Amino acid sequence: MTELAIETRGLSKQFGDLTAVSGLDLEIPRGEIYGFLGPNGSGKTTAIRMLCGLLTPSAGDISVLGLEIPRDAEQLRRRIGYMTQKFSLYDDLSVSENMHFMARIYGMARSAARDRVSQLLDRYSLGSMRGRLAGAMSGGQRQRLALAVATLHQPDLLILDEPTSAVDPENRRDFWEKLFDLIDEGATVLVSTHYMDEAERCHQLAILETGHLRKHGAPQDLMEALAGRVIEIEGADLRQVKERLLRIDGVQSAAQQGLHLRILMAENGHTGDAAISRLHQELAGEELRIHVGKPSLEDVFVACTRGEVR
Amino acid sequence: MSSLQRMSAVATKELRQLSRDRVTFSMVVMIPLIQLLLFGFAINTMVRGIPVAVVDLSDSAAARVISEQVRVSQVVDIVAQYDTPAEAEAAIVAGKVRAALVLPRDLPQRLANGATVGQWMVDGSDTMVGSALLGLRTMPLKLEAGVPPGAYTQRVPSFEVALFFNPERRSEVNIVPGLTAIILTMTMILFTSVALVRERERGNMELLITTPIRPLELMLGKLLPYVFVGLIQITIILGLGRLVFNVPFQGALFDLSVVTLAFIGASLALGLLISTIAKTQMEAMQMTVFILMPSILLSGFMFPFDAMPRAAQHIAELLPATHFMRLIRGVYLRGATAGQMWAELLWLLAFAAIMLTIATKRFHKSLD
Repeated sequence: MTELAIETRGLSKQFGDLTAVSGLDLEIPRGEIYGFLGPNGSGKTTAIRMLCGLLTPSAGDISVLGLEIPRDAEQLRRRIGYMTQKFSLYDDLSVSENMHFMARIYGMARSAARDRVSQLLDRYSLGSMRGRLAGAMSGGQRQRLALAVATLHQPDLLILDEPTSAVDPENRRDFWEKLFDLIDEGATVLVSTHYMDEAERCHQLAILETGHLRKHGAPQDLMEALAGRVIEIEGADLRQVKERLLRIDGVQSAAQQGLHLRILMAENGHTGDAAISRLHQELAGEELRIHVGKPSLEDVFVACTRGEVR
Repeated sequence: MSSLQRMSAVATKELRQLSRDRVTFSMVVMIPLIQLLLFGFAINTMVRGIPVAVVDLSDSAAARVISEQVRVSQVVDIVAQYDTPAEAEAAIVAGKVRAALVLPRDLPQRLANGATVGQWMVDGSDTMVGSALLGLRTMPLKLEAGVPPGAYTQRVPSFEVALFFNPERRSEVNIVPGLTAIILTMTMILFTSVALVRERERGNMELLITTPIRPLELMLGKLLPYVFVGLIQITIILGLGRLVFNVPFQGALFDLSVVTLAFIGASLALGLLISTIAKTQMEAMQMTVFILMPSILLSGFMFPFDAMPRAAQHIAELLPATHFMRLIRGVYLRGATAGQMWAELLWLLAFAAIMLTIATKRFHKSLD
């Protein structure tokens, strides 16, 4: 029994000329929620599909739950629950029909399946709509159904590919509560997302961009590492100020957020009070209030990708 | 003006999409091409080369002369000789020959008396074949060697013709059982050809292949329900054929079930193979049409198989519908047993097994 649920070395995937995933080294511990954060096209789905054994890597090694993938993919299938990005249960089957179908595919005996299904209907508040067709449910309800099905056979590892992209904020919060319940029961969860607030809930995070691993670690640590580099500016004429800011050496990015500008100072440059006095100097003549801001995960993302996140 | 512009925008977009959809584009070219070739070359309503047998009871030189003259008429092709009419009849039932010419023991006397010289036993279920053989009834016989000159004058028909299985020469007798082959080809292949594609298009497949299900389990599970669909369809067609069109059922239910199941299996397996090749449901349907078209035209459903040129016959032999056409007509109209037509049956079973194996091999539980 290894400590790690997932370990990859130099994991790469090439589609023709396109490098979807490049040299990914991952160490995902058991019993935690591990997040893949990245914009669309950053390689999250491709990486997940390789970890599930659905895609063959172009290079690199994968070990999932101590199994070598893709060689032992068939053994792995009994031990993982997978939630695809697109709802992949049958729209024209009812909630309980979908669940019973998957239970039988996983080889569960009839009575065991019946018990497990009613337990899950209860747990995911689907009991009242057990007879409803999956196609007629809301995004949040479908997501609960998909999660219920993914956990049907009590997998050690849950892999969720952007599970909440079609779900409203309240259902999203509820969905994450369910994930933490599963962690308490000893499962490991790998989840991909492009929502910052979701990423912040993960125990650990890998930030992906164009197939590369840019940064990884606990969200708190990642944010703390930026201490002093985030500066907020309030004042008039912020659009013009922003133009001037971007020409200043040592300013990595500037973005307007409501009534203030959020500045990220470059690594190895001025931080904290030094940065503030430098900015006052550079922006002399403007009526501005400049102070140090609290780094957010978005700042972490911008700092390590210089890119945009949707 | 702006209406014209919008219309041309749609037309341009449509053309651009069409040129990128290779399957549809090839259909645009292939359908007229194949239809033209099929109708122009392969389909021939002038029936020639019907496989027949000769039963020569007289063992005379005259019999050999008559056989020769029948052969050079090109309407028939003598492929077998039998010793007794009973053997010939069994061969007709089993579909080995379509007719048999029985030349009686007293052939020389008959010739001398100017009487009818022999009898054709004809499988009349196919009216086109029947008509062609009826045309031989009054064929003039020229007898030289071994026959007294002037002995034979044509006051009476040269041959008697006995039309078996369909004495009234009703075309629906032949059409109704044949239609089962066409309808089953259409529905069975169509249902299964979209089976896997649909799961892939809807996104169900990605989930399904992360479960422990084995490819063969998935394949057979997909096929099984359609076996019943096929059985319902054939019951409707043959039941109505019996009630409305009065097509007599000569065979046994057991044989009918055996040959039908074999054909349903072959068609479903072929559909499944298409399903592993096609990327969209549209592609799957177009591929089904590619199979369906020759199945209607070449299988012997609309035009006699024997009348087609050799090349078209070879293509037709590859189609499950051709083999089933023979089986269902044999069992239903002539009362043949599955055992009598084992070669056709075996072909269907082997076809089903091969298609299923290829389909299973082609299906990978991955998205590569």
